[in-house]
Amino acid sequence: MADFLMPSLGADMETGKLVQWLVKPGDRVKFGDVVAVVETHKGAIDVEIFLDGVIDNLAPLDQEVPVGTVLATVRQSGETAAPAVAAVAPAAVAAPVPVITEVSAEPARSAANVGRIRISPAARQRAQQLGVELAALAGRGTGEGGAVCLRDVEAAVSRHPAEATAATGSDVHRGFDPAQMRQAIAAAMGRSKREIPHYYLTDSIDFGAAAQWLAAWNAERPPEQRLLPAVLLLKACARALLAYPQFNGFYEDGGFRAAAGIHPGWAVSLRGGGLVAPAIHDADRQTLPQLMTAMRDLVQRARAGSLRSSELADPSITLTNLGERGAESVLGVIYPPQVAIIGFGRVQPRPWVVDGQLAVRPLLNVSLAADHRVTDGHLGGQLLAGIGDALQHPDTL
Amino acid sequence: MDKDEVMALVGKVLAGIAPEADLAGVGDDEDLRAALDLDSMDFLNLIIGLSQGSGVAIAEKDYPRLFTLQGIRDYLSA
Amino acid sequence: MSTITYREACRQAIRAALQADPRCFVMGEDVGRYGGCYGVTKGLLEEFGPQRIRDTPLAENGIAGAGVGAALAGLRPIVEIMTCNFSLLALDQIMNNAASLAHMSGGQFAVPLVIRMATGGGRQLAAQHSHSLEGWYAHIPGLKVLVPATVEDARHMLAAALADPNPVLIFEHIVLYNAEGELDEAVSAVDIEHAKVRRSGTDISLVTYGNSLPKCLAAADELATAGIQAEVIDLRVLRPLDSATVIASVRRTHRCLIVDEGWRSGSISAEIAARVADEALYELDAPLRRVCSAEVPVPYAAHMEAAALPQVADIVAAARALVSPAG
Repeated sequence: MADFLMPSLGADMETGKLVQWLVKPGDRVKFGDVVAVVETHKGAIDVEIFLDGVIDNLAPLDQEVPVGTVLATVRQSGETAAPAVAAVAPAAVAAPVPVITEVSAEPARSAANVGRIRISPAARQRAQQLGVELAALAGRGTGEGGAVCLRDVEAAVSRHPAEATAATGSDVHRGFDPAQMRQAIAAAMGRSKREIPHYYLTDSIDFGAAAQWLAAWNAERPPEQRLLPAVLLLKACARALLAYPQFNGFYEDGGFRAAAGIHPGWAVSLRGGGLVAPAIHDADRQTLPQLMTAMRDLVQRARAGSLRSSELADPSITLTNLGERGAESVLGVIYPPQVAIIGFGRVQPRPWVVDGQLAVRPLLNVSLAADHRVTDGHLGGQLLAGIGDALQHPDTL
Repeated sequence: MDKDEVMALVGKVLAGIAPEADLAGVGDDEDLRAALDLDSMDFLNLIIGLSQGSGVAIAEKDYPRLFTLQGIRDYLSA
Repeated sequence: MSTITYREACRQAIRAALQADPRCFVMGEDVGRYGGCYGVTKGLLEEFGPQRIRDTPLAENGIAGAGVGAALAGLRPIVEIMTCNFSLLALDQIMNNAASLAHMSGGQFAVPLVIRMATGGGRQLAAQHSHSLEGWYAHIPGLKVLVPATVEDARHMLAAALADPNPVLIFEHIVLYNAEGELDEAVSAVDIEHAKVRRSGTDISLVTYGNSLPKCLAAADELATAGIQAEVIDLRVLRPLDSATVIASVRRTHRCLIVDEGWRSGSISAEIAARVADEALYELDAPLRRVCSAEVPVPYAAHMEAAALPQVADIVAAARALVSPAG
């Protein structure tokens, strides 16, 4: 018997609300199936299961539960049905004698508090009853230590009676709340800037070869088969990360852990504000047309608030591309516990020296913000050079 | 395609890309990408929608001619 | 209605018990000729004679043991332990015998023993005679622990304690003995099960007992002038603890301050806080907080003793911080 848990969909997620089951008790599930929908500040997320077997003991809907809460049990082949409690009890009994160590509770607590609004239990419950979004209460606490208390919730309701009360009911609400998302971004980025010693590198890449290759590719194809420059950038990064895996992974428990695959989180800005950076899985192993399809699908679903759990849980590095109307360069903020973010500015024609001659070339500014606890600038420079080199040979991507 | 049909098509395609966009507020000569905050993926999706909806092949090098509503009308109703 | 001191109320309670039941007697150090260390039993020797008001040697384990034996044999002893620190010498009899025998005998033996003890600080009796050990005793299953804070409870709790088949400890606060209060003659009995709301309020619950009750009532008066309506709960009984009354109050006020003259660590105040957190977490609009004695042996010097014990100003400050931190 294995437990199916409320997944962690990013460092900024502490709880999720199960809003829909897509399976029934007794259904057979297999690795990768979407079995449930969970509401988060990043929208309604289709949650995949990474177990094979028969699912049972489905948790009730519409309850906000912490990450790691058991949502269902899965009976794997060879096991017989057992009551729900049996899934939990043996593990507790079999637990080894705990080793008692003195641990300072402080760091863990401060980490857990990041992004968590300081609100009294009574106020939290009242807000939930009244449908007041917690994000709307942030910074408005008048209680002890600035905590939000009951009177602040009541005040919020009298301020905006209509806005504050959200629709209730178990309809799956696709899309996301910009205020909630802003709060989550604030928490994650605040933590990043507090905890991660960033270093920054920038470089200029001659995008001429890539642009030329793209134009030739696209000229022969109808619009739906055409590629965007972003796809070349994605693939070039994936290629370079193969050679420099120190940038592809997570800083956890005081050390670096390399990710199992190259799953870059692609930053998608959302209409109406906010952004999300869901993973494009195994980007190094996909062809350019495959990546284009994946990216188009991902952007569309990110904006519709309909991502899958693995896309939020798996990003191993973030890529941000400002695009043709963006700024010239960007210096990113690492999304913890990732250890790097690569940024691309707008491609624009610039005077450039080629073979000792001045020429006008389309130039692309690339930047790296990386975690100095894991890597140094020397290695970062090599990573950027690797990306630049890959873009000089677009036909090999 | 006449001009009204083109505008109806533009409206339909954009509704799928930028649901909140109000075409009535966009001037004929305004850059749609700026007016509606379309990124390159959005713009590519617009081109795909226009091309499929009108049956007109749109070459990549012609993209700049479709940056405005006026341009799109001229291009597709030509 | 008549005005009466707490000491006089205790004495009336004992006299009434002795009159009502021939099985009832008093024993303890200096309870007879001297009239009790705090004068509670003054005059009773003359009234009831040496058979029923018995001076004992200074041997608390022996006194308590004799009390357990007498109770087992069918009498209704009222044992006085001079101050609760001396009860530590009697702890074996209280805990291993009095509290356990009913259980160990499968209910064949009851131990209807009552032990009265003086408790608390505030009269410059220094580190060895100023303890508040009632919270400790409330830890022990098989005992009932009463903490009368009003003249009414001092007057009527004893009868209920004697009627109870279990050993009952009554903690009388040394500062309260001289306190005066109104005694309503129409009241002839009180229960020893429930806490009581001594003052109603809407903004914060002050949960307390013993000599901290008058301090909390004074604090509530002062808070009222600042527009804060404090509800004051007198626990009255520390074991079994009436959490329902406390929880009901917290549901009304959404804030809880526990005031306990015992030391903070491992105290009855911690137990109350844990129960509120357990049963009423989602009612709380502010952190659970406590005002307790400083964790030092109680000092002798008056100003240091005052600083070590909970005072009205401490209670007011803590309550204000929870209700309106800005003000």
